[in-house]
Amino acid sequence: MIQLNINDQAVEVDVAPDTPLLWVLRDNLNLTGSKYACGIGQCGACTVLMNGHAVRSCATAVSDATNYDIVTIEGLSEDASHPVQLAWIEEDVPQCGYCQSGQILTAVALLNDKSNPTDEEIEAAMTNICRCGTYSKIRKAVKKVARERGEV
Amino acid sequence: MTSLTRRSFVQASLSSAGGLILSFSVPVLASRRPWQQSDSAASEINAWLTIDPDDSIVIRVAQSEMGQGVMTALPMIIAEELEADWRKVTVEYADVNRQIREGQPYGRMWTGGSMAVSHSREFLQLAGAEARERLIKAAAETWVVSASECYADYGRVHHRGSNRSFSYGEVAPLAARVNVANVDIKIPDEFNFLGLPTRRLDVPAKVDGSAVYSMDVRLPDMVYAAVKHSPVPGGQVRSIRINAIRNQPGFIKAMRMESAVAIVAETFWQAKKGADELPVYWDFGEAEKSFSDTIKQEFFDQLGERGEVMSEKGEIVALMDNAEKSIESDYFAPYLAHAAMEPLNATVHVQAERVDIWVGHQNPEYAVQIVSEVTGIRPENVYLHNCHIGGGFGRRSHGDFVEEATRIAMDVGRPVQMIWTREEEMRAGAYRPMSAMRFKAGFDISKKLVAITNHSVTHSIRYDQDPEMEGIDSSSVQGLHNHPYMFPAWEFSHSRKNTHLTSWWWRSVGSSINAWAMECFVDEMAVAADKDPMAYRRRLLQMQPDYLDVLDVLEQESGWGKTELPKDTAMGMAIHESCGTIVAIVAEVTVESTGSVRVNKVTAAVDCGNLVNPMTAEEQVEGAILFGLTAALYGKLTVENGQILEDNLDTYEIIRMHEAPEIKIHWALSGAGRWGGLGEPATPVIAPAVCNAIYKITGRRIRSLPIKDYYLQVRR
Repeated sequence: MIQLNINDQAVEVDVAPDTPLLWVLRDNLNLTGSKYACGIGQCGACTVLMNGHAVRSCATAVSDATNYDIVTIEGLSEDASHPVQLAWIEEDVPQCGYCQSGQILTAVALLNDKSNPTDEEIEAAMTNICRCGTYSKIRKAVKKVARERGEV
Repeated sequence: MTSLTRRSFVQASLSSAGGLILSFSVPVLASRRPWQQSDSAASEINAWLTIDPDDSIVIRVAQSEMGQGVMTALPMIIAEELEADWRKVTVEYADVNRQIREGQPYGRMWTGGSMAVSHSREFLQLAGAEARERLIKAAAETWVVSASECYADYGRVHHRGSNRSFSYGEVAPLAARVNVANVDIKIPDEFNFLGLPTRRLDVPAKVDGSAVYSMDVRLPDMVYAAVKHSPVPGGQVRSIRINAIRNQPGFIKAMRMESAVAIVAETFWQAKKGADELPVYWDFGEAEKSFSDTIKQEFFDQLGERGEVMSEKGEIVALMDNAEKSIESDYFAPYLAHAAMEPLNATVHVQAERVDIWVGHQNPEYAVQIVSEVTGIRPENVYLHNCHIGGGFGRRSHGDFVEEATRIAMDVGRPVQMIWTREEEMRAGAYRPMSAMRFKAGFDISKKLVAITNHSVTHSIRYDQDPEMEGIDSSSVQGLHNHPYMFPAWEFSHSRKNTHLTSWWWRSVGSSINAWAMECFVDEMAVAADKDPMAYRRRLLQMQPDYLDVLDVLEQESGWGKTELPKDTAMGMAIHESCGTIVAIVAEVTVESTGSVRVNKVTAAVDCGNLVNPMTAEEQVEGAILFGLTAALYGKLTVENGQILEDNLDTYEIIRMHEAPEIKIHWALSGAGRWGGLGEPATPVIAPAVCNAIYKITGRRIRSLPIKDYYLQVRR
């Protein structure tokens, strides 16, 4: 049994320790908001937060994910009210939407780290692939969150 | 184990009829289930919409949402005629089973060719207008007045002669029963809603993880399948050693197919591990001797042969012989993968008299036909539950993965979710065709063009599907012989050249290859004629007012010819029409000292005639440009011993944010009867614009894609 702390809940899963966290989330815990796209940590569609940092869950063995606070897109807010989610809606970011859970969580980690990131900092952090090409809207949405946070 | 799901994704139970009833407790598509019909309290006004007593309206969408915005744009068209309050509108997918049982009430449900709006606009307008007239008639009958004294506005029917009005919800039950005669639809000048930037209805579900893609379907008793295809496409399974994996945790069974093996297990990871570790012995056949270079050489050898002439004018041989000067260039485009973010997958449950399939498919009726053929169960008893598609780009209209998932499910007898890993999808793909072509242009003593010839050699998509086909595959040559230019004399010819690989439609299909080569060669012609590429195209397009209008906007907005740029930076341009839309692009490109190419800025001018939703329209043009730019800079599949080498996103690179140029889109709308598509037409235009800029900087023509294969240096 492997113990995990996901979205503020302690859970136990009975899986092989080398199983990637992504597949534990999707197949054992029915948290399907984290997506499989490359399986090699390249694209970031599987991104989750571990202690507030963006981590690619497809390339993280579940046994390495114990002792962390894991947040998936389902646990980011109760009702899609996190400022990053609201900015994503306001800027109409997603197209096919498949990569956006990962994009949103990567942006959350970036904004936790840097309250007002520069373009270069946004580019350095937001390395997730979006095949639909929503990058300009992602950039706008990240800046919107930073701006509105600064105004409060 | 503690269940930690904040929402329970699926609640399923068996109905008395034995069918599986699913209900999703999450807000999908703005709080509606994507594939279920609205509940019984609502009145169905016609096949396209229902209205609830509380005035909420559900509009059905008969095209598949894969990011292009049809779930917003198409309901907008109905809402415009319906005079609906948009805030009351939610959407759901039209029922594919009903489409089959009731003689296609939804017209054509195939999504592709950027045709969602152009092909369905008129009958969606009619559907909305018919529903509106029913609501008016129902109100008039209730008031015992003439329908001509009543009108609809913003979700209510009003009586002109009095202050009386009904909300749509109040008259909906009667409206569902009345008959109306022919109805009129609006012309674009009369639109109140169409043309306004409108946020997508599918976005809220795509920011909290609740949007259901077919890979997210979870069913009671469901198991997972991973597939291992022959590494050489078309190879046959000789034998497998199941004993090597039989005792792995979760293993259920291994299933041998003609050219693949499926491993079924309790979880996908267990299935994938089984597939990775299962020893499989293959017969690859002749294809094992294929290499990129040898295939490429065969295409070029074919170029030297004479092709089938598609279009000609003038005494070409004599004109070319007498030309004062001529230029000749060969262009080459490799096979490409679609690489949509969501790898191919489908979930299938085969029962004695019924099949259910959960899949995001661009052509659900075709998918049903495949399921029916594989299982022998009539199409009327196949229930396809269309899901969100995590990127289509054409790939999701193929039947290969549907057929395979159905075969596996038949053998397992439980609901099975089959997923192709990224590696499987890349290696067992259906690719953008490979193509080689030769252009030649002759000029007279005053550098005026006298004739142009083109011979294209292309892998035919249609031939892969139908080896009995005759004539030329029109998708191979689109954008070549039907170009817009006024040439004095020409010959366009074509040859088909297929290989062991399978090809398929890829965003903008033939145009993505042909417009690149054509627009690069027109640039070469401009240089040979000592003309500015923009001015040169204008002369050749002088009989095409819509094209000239687009170029006016492009020239103005891009600063073409008026912008001082450093030596390592230049602008290149291109123009092309596909799917009824003209797109012209100026790309500002820098060749860095490392030899790599950076696209700084893209200006696009677009004429799709009329706009339904400018917000999603811009998103599509920008996305299409980045899709084309990825292909231009990086796109390439390499064949070695018959196998595709690039099997994931590390070797098959996709543009990321830091490489994405600033993109400015300007509309040059000609209005009138033009309702062009938007998902694809910008894709073919970016590659030639970038290549033409690179020529200005380096003096080198990029005649073989991708650009990353060149070592480039700024011209001294």
